[in-house]
Amino acid sequence: MSKFKKKTGGKGPGISTASLPDIVFMLLFFFMVTTVMREVELKLENKKPRATEVKKLEKRSLVSYIYVGPPKQMYQAQFGKEPRVQLNDQFARLDDIQQFAIAEKEEKSESERPLMQFSIKADKGVRMGIVSDVKLELRKANALKINYSTEKGTPRPLE
Amino acid sequence: MARREAPEINAGSMADIAFLLLIFFLVTTTMDVDSGIARKLPPYDEQQAPPPPVKKQNILQVLVNANDEILVNEDYMELRDLRLKAVQFIDNNYKGDCDYCQGSRDASMSENPEKHVISLQNDRGTTYEMYIAVQNELTAAYRELRNREARLRYGRNYDLLNDEDAKEIAKLYPLNISEAEPLKL
Repeated sequence: MSKFKKKTGGKGPGISTASLPDIVFMLLFFFMVTTVMREVELKLENKKPRATEVKKLEKRSLVSYIYVGPPKQMYQAQFGKEPRVQLNDQFARLDDIQQFAIAEKEEKSESERPLMQFSIKADKGVRMGIVSDVKLELRKANALKINYSTEKGTPRPLE
Repeated sequence: MARREAPEINAGSMADIAFLLLIFFLVTTTMDVDSGIARKLPPYDEQQAPPPPVKKQNILQVLVNANDEILVNEDYMELRDLRLKAVQFIDNNYKGDCDYCQGSRDASMSENPEKHVISLQNDRGTTYEMYIAVQNELTAAYRELRNREARLRYGRNYDLLNDEDAKEIAKLYPLNISEAEPLKL
């Protein structure tokens, strides 16, 4: 029977870690491909309202964002507490929106322009006055496809 | 001169470097999917041409005031009742020429889904959250009707139809939400 006696105390062969880099690289490539760098630094509060009837925004490259909300704490000394518009990286006036919309359109190729969308990312606390003004400016710039950015969920006034 | 073997590069630290990069991407990545309510704005018209006349019966007037209260055809209404009201209004089929409608054919509501208009007007003081909630309920009303029709015809929900069928259904219940300029305070 001694033939089958287990060896006691002998260490098993160590697990090879040679493939560890491969696994890590695999994960790395996954995150590199899926990652989307935050393009803009938000300078204003932006808590989205909730809605159930949402549509996903496809083709990120064809979407331009317009942010509306009250400035963040650190900018309040300079810009006050009233809701403002942010385009790209800075606060903007309402008159700048037309220029912005046209510039965004110019960037895209002719064939893609009809598919462009403007996503209005407004804070849920803002009043409709400023949002309507933004919409009017977009209409003047003939940017008619818009999207009110929301989170998925039951709207709060319904709860 | 004898060729010397090139010394092997130690690849042991490669994993560490890869980990470093991995952690960087893990931290910077944002997985938020952008979604929202899609709408089409009417083209800007400087002369502000008067809108084409619509029979009063075909208009569902939805007003939202600065206190986030809703007035539908001059009656106060809770937000949770708005969806059903919109469904009944769109699907009413007073004229009787809409063979897929199941409405009550009430004399005070729309003639058929093609002719109906939902007129939405808000105040400049309405909160954005309320406005989105109202838009959401109206969109939900359309979705309910379209889903019902899609299930009857194709046995599937509207979202799951192919483009052609979806267009067909959308034509039966066209989304007619007209937004007036907001009231000034």
